[in-house]
Amino acid sequence: MIERLVLPASTFAGDIDFLFWFIHMMVGGWFLLVQGMFWYLLFRYRYQEGVKSQYVTGKEKHLKRWVNIPHALIILCDVAVIFFAVQVWYNVKQVLPEADATIRVVSQQWAWSFVHPGEDGELGTDDDIKTVDELHVQEGSTYHFQLESRDVLHSFSVPVFRLKQDAVPGRVITGWFEPTKAGVYDIQCAEMCGIGHGIMGARIHVETAEQHAAWVASNKGS
Amino acid sequence: MSEPASVHHDHGAHDDHGHDQSFVSKYLLSTDHKIIGLQYLLTGMFMALFGGFFPYVFRMQLAFPGLSVPFYGVVSPTEYNALITNHGSVMIFWVAMPVLIAAFGNYLIPLMIGADDMVFPRLNRLSYQIFALSAVIIIISFIVPQGGFGGAWTAYPPLSANADYNLTPWGSTLWLIAVAVEFVAFLIGGINFITTAMNSRAPGMRWFDVPMIVWMICIASILFMASVGPLIAGAVMLGFDQNLGTHFFDPKAGGDPILWQHLFWFFGHPEVYVVLLPATGIVAEVITTFSRKKLFGYKTILYTAIGTGILSFFVWAHHQFIAGIDPRMANVFTVTTVLISIPIAEMMFLFIGTLYGGSIRFKPPMLFALSFIALFMIGGVTGIPLGASGSDIYLHDSYYVIAHFHYTFFPIAIIGSFTALYYWFPKMFGRMMNETLGYVHFWVTAVTVNGIFIPLFVLGAAGQHRRIYNYNHFAELSTPDLQALRIVATVSLVIMLLGQFVFLFNFFYSMFFGERATKNPWKSCTLEWTTESPPPHGNWPVDELPTVYRGPYEYAVEGRDEDYWPQNVPN
Repeated sequence: MIERLVLPASTFAGDIDFLFWFIHMMVGGWFLLVQGMFWYLLFRYRYQEGVKSQYVTGKEKHLKRWVNIPHALIILCDVAVIFFAVQVWYNVKQVLPEADATIRVVSQQWAWSFVHPGEDGELGTDDDIKTVDELHVQEGSTYHFQLESRDVLHSFSVPVFRLKQDAVPGRVITGWFEPTKAGVYDIQCAEMCGIGHGIMGARIHVETAEQHAAWVASNKGS
Repeated sequence: MSEPASVHHDHGAHDDHGHDQSFVSKYLLSTDHKIIGLQYLLTGMFMALFGGFFPYVFRMQLAFPGLSVPFYGVVSPTEYNALITNHGSVMIFWVAMPVLIAAFGNYLIPLMIGADDMVFPRLNRLSYQIFALSAVIIIISFIVPQGGFGGAWTAYPPLSANADYNLTPWGSTLWLIAVAVEFVAFLIGGINFITTAMNSRAPGMRWFDVPMIVWMICIASILFMASVGPLIAGAVMLGFDQNLGTHFFDPKAGGDPILWQHLFWFFGHPEVYVVLLPATGIVAEVITTFSRKKLFGYKTILYTAIGTGILSFFVWAHHQFIAGIDPRMANVFTVTTVLISIPIAEMMFLFIGTLYGGSIRFKPPMLFALSFIALFMIGGVTGIPLGASGSDIYLHDSYYVIAHFHYTFFPIAIIGSFTALYYWFPKMFGRMMNETLGYVHFWVTAVTVNGIFIPLFVLGAAGQHRRIYNYNHFAELSTPDLQALRIVATVSLVIMLLGQFVFLFNFFYSMFFGERATKNPWKSCTLEWTTESPPPHGNWPVDELPTVYRGPYEYAVEGRDEDYWPQNVPN
């Protein structure tokens, strides 16, 4: 369902979209079933002249079933939700696949600065490329990002990647993503960070290998 | 022979039954639980004017960014942040808490258990006075130099701890003080509710003869008391960080900002159930009365409430999945969070089961109670994708979260309060509310709430984050389609707010000019309906305090002429 609203542009976007779809189908089914029952009972047992209500305690076996069976089914559904949720979480957040390159993302009130490895592919060398509010990555490459904050909490969110991670001052938080579709997308700050929170956006440029090589070459020595 | 007036006052609170009292001592300094309940109610309603006006302003800004909002003006980013922060704070701490727990708890607990007052009437008065002080402080915080606090109601440091970052040195400190003072008021009140329900029940009233709302308010008070300690400690630390230069949450000096999140949410998540449970108690009272049915599985409902309460202490970190906590921890909290669906769904099933075999009368309080069930279900099911860590990566801090928790909090705080007000109004003021206006108010409220929050689900799924004053700064969010959804939400909100004037008119008009209410206009079984409307000081004449013979929901008992069998009638 999300993919109809926002393009999926990372390797794990599809997994998260599936989880979202799966949970919504499941809870949607429950919702319709229970609401249907609810409205049926409202109609069936509306006040009618001369009809008295029944004395029911909730201990009657044939009635308790109507609560106990759904109750057991909910436990089953919960197990399914937990299974898929943990699986997605594990792949996105808990393990780091081998990286092709590492970038540094530094947040501060109210801007993003990015450090890209230059031609040598290593961070912390002289040819690193530093930018503000625009991040350049290559389609099909796996990136590790090192997320830092200089002042308050921020959150590095790229909706098309389905990626979000809070930045905490005093820590370097490492995560990963692999872009799959070239294009230019939004980066938003997703954690309240003060007056300028509403303008703390940046753009991520996902480029093909040639485009990216050209961009790196054009920024030599910057 | 007349005695000097001063003699009476020395006898303490309960000796002035039946004496003429001045307005101040009767309404402002009273120790009568009913007056204190009404004080809480009216203060909560007054605070709801702020809590309701703020979203009008910020939703107008979101629908028509940059335009001057009627009755307000142009909204700056600073003001926007202060408005959203204080909308949340006021609605939870100064509307939901005082109305659902303190107002109805105070008013109803002694009446429903057949007591003449709370066990600690003066403590009760102190609780209200401290609460009133906290309300004054939060209102002052809106108008101090540099404006009110704008760091979101969760007040995450370092933003909230350091005026260099939040730029509201006065606002953030006053906000924190107000919240901490408010907690003290509810701690005192909570002790009173629990002690009263334990010790002052009418002769014959066993544990399972206690009306569900009394149980629920007591469980909620226990949850509150057990969870609020860490947050008060955290608030003191944050206050020191703000003003005394300590560094509890400051990473530059070795502190840890995430610590606050743990302290806050360890309180913050049980807090959801602190307000939820009284609302479900209200719903239980109303659906039984208006469907003329015994509660379907009284004990099971009680156990689901206790189970939910216990589980709620083990779910807090689902607010912090992506906050930088150890990712392995998310798995544990996903399990506990998703499990909470079990008792809550069970409770909703049992409420729906209560309708089975009933004779349902759709009076205004019943309509509100039913809409609670219907709307809360949406809030419940949309909690699952948020509690599931995998999908929360995307949905966290998006409008999906806003829509989800408003589908829980709106039924709880707004619908729940209206249910109770329409139901107990005759008891509180001795007059009936106008039914036609009640229906108008109900339909406007229950329909427009969907117009506000369904678009927000879509916006959230489309990647729109919270707390941003103008989405035109983000290319993916400034499309005409998304803007149209924002406008739909805002228009629905404006209609809903206008609809509340119908209620306010009905409330105050009926208070003075409504049709006179009898003792028991709804033919209900519980004890509060056995005394006058409104009940006199002391609730019942001293020699007529009720004795209880049966449970609270004996409707349609076979072999009886009347379809209800009040708790206090011997046979």
